[in-house]
Amino acid sequence: MRYQITHETKYSYESIVTLSQQLLFMSPRNFLHQTCISHNIRIEPNPSESLRSPDYFNNIKNYISIFSPHKELMVSAESIVDVFNRPSLNQLLPSPPWEDVKKKLSQGYWEDEDPINFLYASIKAPLDEAFSSYAAMSFTPNRPIIEAAFELTQRIHNDFEFDSDSTDISTPLLDFFSNKRGVCQDFSHLMISCLRSLGLACRYVSGYILTTPPAGQARLVGSDASHAWISVYCPVNGWVDFDPTNHCAVNDQHITVAWGRDFNDVSPMRGTVLGGGKQTLHVNVTMDPIFDYELSIQLPLTVT
Amino acid sequence: MSSTFLNRYPRATNRHDEMLHPNGEVRPHWDDLIKTIASASEVSMRQRVESVQRQIKENGVTYNIYADTQGAQRPWDLDVLPLVIPEDEWSVIEAAVIQRAQLLNAILVDVYGDQSLFKQGQLPLSILHGNPGFLRPCHGIELPGNIALHHYAVDIARAPNGQWWVIADRTQAPSGAGYALENRTIISNIYPELFYDLKVRRLSEYFGALRDSLNHWGRLCAAKQSASNPQIRTLRDGEHPLTVILTPGPYNETYHEQSYMAGYLGFPLVQGSDLTVRNNIVMLKTLSGLKPVHAIIRRVDDDFCDPLELNSDSLLGVSGLIESARNGNVLITNSLGSNILESGSLLGFLPKLCQHFFGESLKMPSIASWWCGEPAALDYVVSNLNHLVIKPAFPRRGERPIFGEDLSDIEKAQLTQKLRANPNHYLAQELVKISQAPVWDQAESNKLNANAIGLRVYVSATPNGYVVMPGGLTRVATGEDSRVITIQQGGTSKDTWILGNQTHPHQSLIRKTVSSKDLVHENTYLSSRTVENLYWFGRYSVRINLAARLLRASLLYFLESASSEYQATEWPAVHGLCVWYGLMPDLGKGEEQLTSSSIDHNQIEKQLISAVLSKEEDSLAKNIQQFYQLCFNLRERLSLDNWRAINQFCQKYIEPNPKASLSEVLSILNETCTSLVTLSGYSLDGMTRDHGWRFLSMGRRIERIQFLCTLIQSGLNMPAESNLDWILELTDSIVTYRSRYSAQPELLPVLDLILLDENNPNSMIFQLKGFIKYLTKINDHYGNAHEEHIMIERLNALLSLNPDIDFQRGSSSLIKWLQVTQQMSIEISESMSHKFFSYSGVQQESNRY
Repeated sequence: MRYQITHETKYSYESIVTLSQQLLFMSPRNFLHQTCISHNIRIEPNPSESLRSPDYFNNIKNYISIFSPHKELMVSAESIVDVFNRPSLNQLLPSPPWEDVKKKLSQGYWEDEDPINFLYASIKAPLDEAFSSYAAMSFTPNRPIIEAAFELTQRIHNDFEFDSDSTDISTPLLDFFSNKRGVCQDFSHLMISCLRSLGLACRYVSGYILTTPPAGQARLVGSDASHAWISVYCPVNGWVDFDPTNHCAVNDQHITVAWGRDFNDVSPMRGTVLGGGKQTLHVNVTMDPIFDYELSIQLPLTVT
Repeated sequence: MSSTFLNRYPRATNRHDEMLHPNGEVRPHWDDLIKTIASASEVSMRQRVESVQRQIKENGVTYNIYADTQGAQRPWDLDVLPLVIPEDEWSVIEAAVIQRAQLLNAILVDVYGDQSLFKQGQLPLSILHGNPGFLRPCHGIELPGNIALHHYAVDIARAPNGQWWVIADRTQAPSGAGYALENRTIISNIYPELFYDLKVRRLSEYFGALRDSLNHWGRLCAAKQSASNPQIRTLRDGEHPLTVILTPGPYNETYHEQSYMAGYLGFPLVQGSDLTVRNNIVMLKTLSGLKPVHAIIRRVDDDFCDPLELNSDSLLGVSGLIESARNGNVLITNSLGSNILESGSLLGFLPKLCQHFFGESLKMPSIASWWCGEPAALDYVVSNLNHLVIKPAFPRRGERPIFGEDLSDIEKAQLTQKLRANPNHYLAQELVKISQAPVWDQAESNKLNANAIGLRVYVSATPNGYVVMPGGLTRVATGEDSRVITIQQGGTSKDTWILGNQTHPHQSLIRKTVSSKDLVHENTYLSSRTVENLYWFGRYSVRINLAARLLRASLLYFLESASSEYQATEWPAVHGLCVWYGLMPDLGKGEEQLTSSSIDHNQIEKQLISAVLSKEEDSLAKNIQQFYQLCFNLRERLSLDNWRAINQFCQKYIEPNPKASLSEVLSILNETCTSLVTLSGYSLDGMTRDHGWRFLSMGRRIERIQFLCTLIQSGLNMPAESNLDWILELTDSIVTYRSRYSAQPELLPVLDLILLDENNPNSMIFQLKGFIKYLTKINDHYGNAHEEHIMIERLNALLSLNPDIDFQRGSSSLIKWLQVTQQMSIEISESMSHKFFSYSGVQQESNRY
């Protein structure tokens, strides 16, 4: 599938900002299941400095700073991305028992650093007995890891309610766990904490989902803003993505931008401003399929 | 004094004694010190103890226990007896500590670089990724000279067999070197001959080497900056790179030390908000604009250094710092992310890694440690809890060690469960009996106590390798738990004497001698924040002076009117001034109070006492505390004598007696006025006439201008029969007046003296002319400001007044002049703040999503 994504961010400030320094994670990364065809970020006012570099996890990080005084900051990221089909859930389900995976991960000397990055507590995804006992209901002895993870995805979706007014980025995970209302970041952090509390490796994925569903299907939750889900490590299948907000395995309706240990590593935009007073933030995301892309926009690109 | 104190000194059991052989003989390297004490009289020892305490107090050596503005600073505690270490023993320690610094540096460089230790299986990945101190954004930071660990401190202690062991490594922003230096200054003063005879090794060379090395690396960063950025000019020959000390601010527990070191090393002490990053270069916001910074000694923890890439809640850091360091445009000591080395989880691997890197064995062992993340270690720990101390493997503030021997069986079972559930997070260490040393009893004379001690040794990187400070900070466990040595929870310190037989020539290879073209006449690195503090220092030094005089005058009027039929016609004016200064409540009809029959003397008395001493309401005491806070923030700009005087003066007001009587308050005020005369003398005489001083002086002038405007207006509104003495008293002009007129003050000459007399340093014209002079100087340097013209216009308007007509009660043109001038001075103060003191605005975090 080919998608066009427009991700607009607008900050309005009460008083003038004289210096703004921002870190953006808005450029979709390339990997096995996805190729970014074109990508462009427009920023107003024009940044005085702009620097693009990979972060520790090889995500694309943009550092910008703006010296000219402004009361409004607009960032618009436009991307065209090809997404390839992933193995179906049925293909993934036959997987090793989760205890075997845990054991393998706990061997200290390991040839591959990748999963170990995502094995331990991080600031937004703390470990707690509450999480391991909640997860244990799905992670019964000898159960294949993907089967157990998929069930946990569904349980989280059933036990917790999506409510965009109930939490913000500073809400501790345990509060969400007891209030049972939150947004996709909370759903994802909970699942990460559950899996890590069991000794499994799990990472946070930031991205987008399809705005208008195919005919006859329901619109997915979180489609008008940036979205988040998780990825669990399985030595046989590699990283397998689940979306606990929408209780599904991730396939070709999710666009991956970046991954990290939690929200703090890859939030779309963070930074500091000098001055500004009160600020308001407005975000808008649209992600639409473009079937006749090659015809309407003539780009000399061949895509496999 | 006889040496009976030796007989009463507690003998060590199962531990090493620093002073005595097991057979009770004094070790040879302690001989001279013990003889000196034994031959001293009881009185002279008491004098020594008192001298130490006095110097600590006078120098204002403090340790902030909590982040508290209200004076929760605890005086530093220092024993009169130093710890003595002979030279041969020291050279063993020295070699071991240098080796350890090299080893830890090699590990740190690898962790934030190639990570070959993990790829080759020398270290488990869990040690890296399980450590919250591993900061991924810091990976790949450029390290000039391949050095990540510039300042390193190691806590060592002596086991019962006499061998030194490493207890802990301090690798982020080690504190205490400044305290060690202050300890030395104080203790060497009380045994001057002994200090000289024993050839105690000096500390100054070490700090010289530290400064030279930073200059060396700072120069490399400067070259990098100008190579990548055409707007940055290269350093001139002989020009020093700019090194700053980044402090978390005055509420940090070791702020005193940081300001002391800044003054000693001659580096500006800055806060995160003083710095900004432009085009990948760290800049200091100074009066003369942004100046490139080349090296930063940080006293801020890793995670707080860059809110953009690290902890976004941090207000202490500098946005963009990591990116700048990554490009080699600034040297940060220690390199960000060095906290990872403080984790005890590494200790067990050090012998192997030492072989790996250098092919030699570790010269000084770490205290036996078991990181529970290794399954075999976990099993050992669980079955040997009794003689182990359990600590967090990745230490965070405020976590206290658990002593296995203190636990009940149930508690042990609970602990075991915790260890098994989260083994990576725990470290167990052997409980060792560390050595004891004599500590002079401050209460009982002629008595030595024996307390456990640990030594903190300091190491610095130089381009020629690591150098060790010949001395260190000896910490003494005098707190409740003798097993824990911590300054934070009480505990004293000692100077550390390394005896030397040979002289150690100064081995500076980098420093050049100063030639005439290197002479610096103006400090160009005044940060905007320092200048702002100096300006307010000026204002407050005058404000407390005027407030003290005003309150003294009020008190005298009150006492007079209370004890006689005499009705103070001046009272409403005096009281009005107190209200204007925020010292007394505005009662609306208050002006009638003293003349009406319903005088409530008790109430006014209470108000007056409160105006002087209150800690809750606005008061003189509060203003003085504010002033003290300003001085504290300016600590590194003040000379030791200056600071002592201010410290002595302000201490009286930090703990005021709330139950003081009126006459006690009066004597406090008298004392205050006297001290302030001396203090302002200091600020005029002792300080260099740089731009900072000019801002201070402008602050003084502005404060006086505003006060004079109000004072004269109230004077002009008083009834005709009013006494004018108090106006002269408040402007400190009474002596001059009497010597000139030797008569009761009259309005015309009084106004002439306090408005137009250029020779009177308290007159209006003197303030205006001074202000204009300083501002002109500053404008010459920093571009024109129209404030200058406003003041010149005010001056001309004053001179155009005709004293014979305008210097009278109710004169509308004079009142008008006073009102406009007062308004203008307020506006000028505000516009100066905008222009010079801040890069207008407060930094804040963007809303994240």
